[in-house]
Order: sequence, then structure tokens, then C-alpha cells
Amino acid sequence: MTLSLKPNDSPPEKLQPTGWLKYLSFSLDHKVIGLQYLVCGFLFYLIGGSLAGAIRVELTSPLSDFMPREVYNQVLTLHGTIMIFLWIVPVVNGAFGNYLIPFYVGARDMAFPRLNAVAFWLIPPSGLMLITSYFINGAAQSGWTAYPPLSITTPAAGQIIWILSVLLLGGSSIFGGINFIATILKLRRPGLRLMQLPMYCWAMLGTSILVVLSTPVLAGTLILLSFDIVAHTGFFNPSLGGNVIVYQHLFWFYSHPAVYIMVLPAFGLVSEILPIHSRKPLFGYTTMVFSIMGIVVLGLVVWAHHMFTSGTPPWMRLFFTIATAFIAVPTGIKFFNWVATLWGGKISLNGAMLFSCGFIINFVLGGITGVALAQVPFDVHVHDTYFVVAHFHYIVYGGSVFVIFSSIYHWFPKFTGKMLNENLGRFHFIITFIGFNLCFAPQHWLGLNGMPRRVAEYDPQFQLINQISSVGALLMALSTLPFLWNIFQSILYGDDAGNNPWDALTPEWLTSSPPPVENWEGDAPLVVEPYGYGEKHSIETEAQKK
Amino acid sequence: MTSIVPKEQSSENKKDLSTEDHEDFRLFGLIAFLIADGMTFAGFFAAYLTFKAVNPIGPDAIYELELPLPTLNTVLLLVSSFTFHRAGKFLEKNEATQCQRWLLITGSLGVAFLISQMFEYFTLPFGLTDNLFASTFYALTGFHGLHVTLGSIMIMIIWWQTRVPSGRVNNDNKFPFEAVELYWHFVDGIWVVLFIILYLL
Repeated sequence: MTLSLKPNDSPPEKLQPTGWLKYLSFSLDHKVIGLQYLVCGFLFYLIGGSLAGAIRVELTSPLSDFMPREVYNQVLTLHGTIMIFLWIVPVVNGAFGNYLIPFYVGARDMAFPRLNAVAFWLIPPSGLMLITSYFINGAAQSGWTAYPPLSITTPAAGQIIWILSVLLLGGSSIFGGINFIATILKLRRPGLRLMQLPMYCWAMLGTSILVVLSTPVLAGTLILLSFDIVAHTGFFNPSLGGNVIVYQHLFWFYSHPAVYIMVLPAFGLVSEILPIHSRKPLFGYTTMVFSIMGIVVLGLVVWAHHMFTSGTPPWMRLFFTIATAFIAVPTGIKFFNWVATLWGGKISLNGAMLFSCGFIINFVLGGITGVALAQVPFDVHVHDTYFVVAHFHYIVYGGSVFVIFSSIYHWFPKFTGKMLNENLGRFHFIITFIGFNLCFAPQHWLGLNGMPRRVAEYDPQFQLINQISSVGALLMALSTLPFLWNIFQSILYGDDAGNNPWDALTPEWLTSSPPPVENWEGDAPLVVEPYGYGEKHSIETEAQKK
Repeated sequence: MTSIVPKEQSSENKKDLSTEDHEDFRLFGLIAFLIADGMTFAGFFAAYLTFKAVNPIGPDAIYELELPLPTLNTVLLLVSSFTFHRAGKFLEKNEATQCQRWLLITGSLGVAFLISQMFEYFTLPFGLTDNLFASTFYALTGFHGLHVTLGSIMIMIIWWQTRVPSGRVNNDNKFPFEAVELYWHFVDGIWVVLFIILYLL
């Protein structure tokens, strides 16, 4: 950040490689960095998905016959950590944030381009380090939550590498968050007011506030945990006078907001996609902004609802139940706003729109089980069962990952200048949607009947439902194939997209596809009404103003 | 406000790539980072206070702290904040020699703090793993000491870079100076909170 290069000595454009090589370089261009995040995240998604496949194969039979129990624990930990820290968080924040936010605020790049590149390049090494730990005495075995005393008593090498990796990824996330806050608040084009920004900017602002406030707490906690493992201190070790509940509080102070860090940007992306493909303004812009900020504030004070069975005192249970129930209000507002945006619109059922609608359906189901889980009497019965697994995957897969696919269908023409095959997109959606619901809906039943999560073996009475769930997982795995085929096919032989194939009004479509290095040939357009569909055209360029 | 002008017009008479095309808001980014850093300390403080409230130390454990040395440390850091401020005044007046003198005093105060802290560590009757209080004490003061160490190194770099005529930090390029000063005040403020919570409570 404090580096200062003299531009006359070293023009950076000349030093940068061109063509596909620039995606492997320390590029400062926000569009290159965004696509680096996206592709890197997708590669980790394939790895994390393979691990999920291994879990589902193991669970087709009640005994742990596919892999030993220790390996199952490692696979489970790697699956959770990779999917959260290397796929969803970097992609919904880093990839689309870096690509879109500078366009939306009318800037030529992010506020701190160099810090931005550093934030990205922290990700591949820490991800590889995490995966490599499997081959060095085994990976961490304590799940993505790393609760002590489990994380202290399992083999130390894997756990320490896990901690280092998550610390680096947390650092990357904080650098990204600082960059987004500075870009959105300080780098706006003159004449563009906050309440005229596209909704994704607001979502990223809220997310970045959560990142900056909560991620450091996780970092501090993991440093203490590493002391417990390496130096044999007793912070979280009851046999040395420590307290495991303190770890849980500190961990969830980050990791509950982490759910919003994964899903708030998805809210923002959906709010961009729905108006364009239903040709209507976004319904309730102001309420949308306030509900995002409401979720940010409430999201910081609900963490202990993950700990209702950890001996929390009654007043704490009461407070966190009520606070959690309140979160349903802003979330519900957003849900109804999206439905109202669709209502009476001229809807085109293409890949982007279908995945966004799939998101709305999945997310409301996950939201309903979420409100149920916030109630103490219900929660103590289903805590740590497959009900929680089902709820969580409805939020992060049915929610965030559906939106990631939707966004790829929507912005692929901008990224590459080529159109995707919409029929393959619809096919991809149908298999994903059926596979996803077949995989996770039965898990509600498993949880309600008491099947614990994170265990390689289970009661034989659950076998049939588990097999149904595994068939769903197989469908989800297969659904990646038409998607990948579609991507490669379209990059090589796709139809030309033109600059604005969706007739969109948001700024990123008002330049060429793919956009030039500094985003616009001339001045940045001033878009004061990004959702003016079905109304008079409201793009006012600086040139017209003069 | 920011101003976006075509690159040809803006590329001349600009010193620094990172401030090209728009006003410099690196200080804004630093403040956001310091808020994040402060949250790390907040997590540590919360852990310490919870341990204190719900995890009683065993009856035979030694956890008494002496007050004189940490009080001296508090004075050292508070004075160093003041001397850093003085150095800044002289930087604005382009009096590099005076600025360097005050920076040197500031850096020495930082090093003195570290030596004094080390002295305390070696004279304390408990070690890192003796009990929960001891572990938390060393973790908190150690993490803060790491910040002071980094700060002292940065002050020395700034001290070197304010030399005339070839230093890179002067009244026209004040950001490195301001950044380190802000960081130093932050570390100072954290120490005051730490002193109150750890030694006085």
C-alpha cells in the first residue's frame, strides 16, 4: 500500500503480459483479478465437490467401508474448509466484487489495485497448502469449526497447517474488504450518490463491514488455538484450566457473520439479475438497502444461536433467539421484493433467470428451517444432526452457489464477448435443481429422526434415505459436465455477444465486451437510475451533460 | 471528491501511481485496517475478561503483577506519542534535522518500552504455560509487543527516509509519516486499554 513506483520509470502496462498469460500474472487490472478469483475458486469447487462425492459414497452404507474413519474426518474437514474459504467467499466477494464494483461506482480500477492483487495471490498458495496437509500425516480432522478439545487432541500437523491456511485466507478476505469499502465510499464518480448505486454495491459494502469487523476475531482465536497445540498453553483446554466455550463464542462471532459474508453478496447479485431478465425496475430499492444494513447489524449479535446446547444460560438463549428471529424480517423483505420484481414482468427463462429463481425457492426453504433452528426447544433436539446439514446447504448451495451459476450465465458475455448456449444452461439448471433437492431435502428427515452429522457410520434404518441423498449428489456432480462443456464450447465457438446482449442499463454493459483495460474508452457514464427498465432511458453521459 | 480525467491529461505531474486519477485515500484504508486490527485485540480482551469471570485460578497459582514497571511503560508510550507529534510539526515546517531528532527520540522510547517489557517478562514469577492467567497475560502483552516492535522498525525507516537531501519522506510526500504516526497512536491507545484491563482491574 505504501509502495510508490514512479510511473515514468516503469509503465506497468508494458510490463504486464498479454493474452491468457495475464491471468497467471500479478496483474493490477480489477477485471483480470476478478476472473482469477472466479477460475481459481471454481477449481477449488471441483476439488471440494469431489470430496463431497467421497462423503456421499461413504454414506451409502451404514458401515465405514469406503474409507477409514480418520480419513472420513479429514475429507469432511477439507470439504467444509475448501467450499467456504476457497470457493464461496472468494467468488461471491472477490470474483464478482472485483469485476463489477469499479464499473458500478464509475471508476477505472479498485481503490488499492496492488493490495487487491496481493489479496488474490494469497489464495492459491494457502489452498494448496491446505490440500497438501492431507499427504503430510493427514489433514485436520476436527471439521471446519475446529472445536477444541477435538482440535487439540487430533494429530497436530494437519491442524496447524489448517490454522495457517485459514489465517492467510482471512488476511486475504480483510484486504479485500478494506478495498471494497474504500472503493464504494471514496472512489465514486462525481455526481453519483450512494442511493443511486446498484444494489450489489450496497451488498458488498455491508459484507465488507462484516469482514473487517469479524474476521480479525477469528484470526486472534486461531492464534490462541495454535498456542494450545504447539506450546501446550491451556486457553481452550479444560484439563489445564481453560474454557472451550470461550472458543465457541469467539469462533461464532466470526463464523455466523461468515454466513452473511457468503450470502449477502449473493443477494446483491440476484438483485442485479432479476430486473434485467424480467424487464422491470428492482422493487423497493430503499427497503432493500435498509434490510441489507439491518442484516449487517443483526448479523453481528446472533452468534450464540449456534451454541444453545453448549450450556448457555437462559438469558443468553432468550436474547439470541429473539435477535435471530428478527433477522427473518429484513430477509423476508428482500424475498418479497424479489418476488414483486418478477411480478408482471416480461420474464425470459434463460440460464441466469432460472438459477436466480432456483435461488429464491431454495433460499426461502433454507430460511424457514433457519427460523425453526433459532428456537431453543426445537434446536436442542436437532442440534448436530443432519437437519443442520440440510439447512446449511440450502443456504450456501441452494443460495450462494445457485447465484454464482446464475451470475456466470449473466456476465459470461461481458467476461468473454461470447454468448453461452442457453439450452445447455436450462439443462444444467434442471439437473442441478433436481439433484440438489434430492440430495438435501431428505436430510431434513434424517436429522429429525436423529442421525448425527460428521460421523462415518450410522444406524442401518437410515440407509435408504442416505442412498436417495447420494443419488442426488451424483446428479449434482453430473450437472457440472454440461456446464463445463458449455463454457469451453462457447469460449471457442460461441456467438458474438455484442456489447449489451441483455439491453441492460447498469454501467458494466455500457462498454465493449470484454471491456478495455481502464473500463471505458472515454469518460465513465453517469448512471443515476440503474433499474430504469420499462421507463424512459436514463443514461446520461458526461458528454451529453456538457 | 474523486475526479476521473482521461489518462493523457493526468499522467503528467503525478508522483505516485496509487494516487493517479484520484485523491489519495491510503489513510482511509489504513484506518479500516486499524479497525480490523483493533477487533483482534477486542477478541483477546473479551477472552481474557471471560476467563477472569468464569475460570477461577487455582489457589496455589501465582498471578500477582507488579505495577511500577508497566506504569513506566505506559509513560514511555504516552511520551513517545507526543514526541512523534512534535516530529510531525517539524516535518510540516521542512525542518528535517529537528524532525529526525524527534523521530529518533520516539523510536528510542519504543525500544526502551520493549526492553522494559522484556525485563518484566524475565522477572515475573510465572511462565507461559503455568496457568490460564499466565498464558493470557503473555499472549496479550506479546501480541501488543509485536505491534510495538513493528512500529519501532517503521519509525526507524521513516527516520532514515526523512534525511536531506536524498530521503523520500518530506512535506510533499507525507503519507508514510502520517501512516506510521497513526499506527503508533493506535498501538499506544491499545496499550492504555490493555494496561487498565490487565494490570488495574
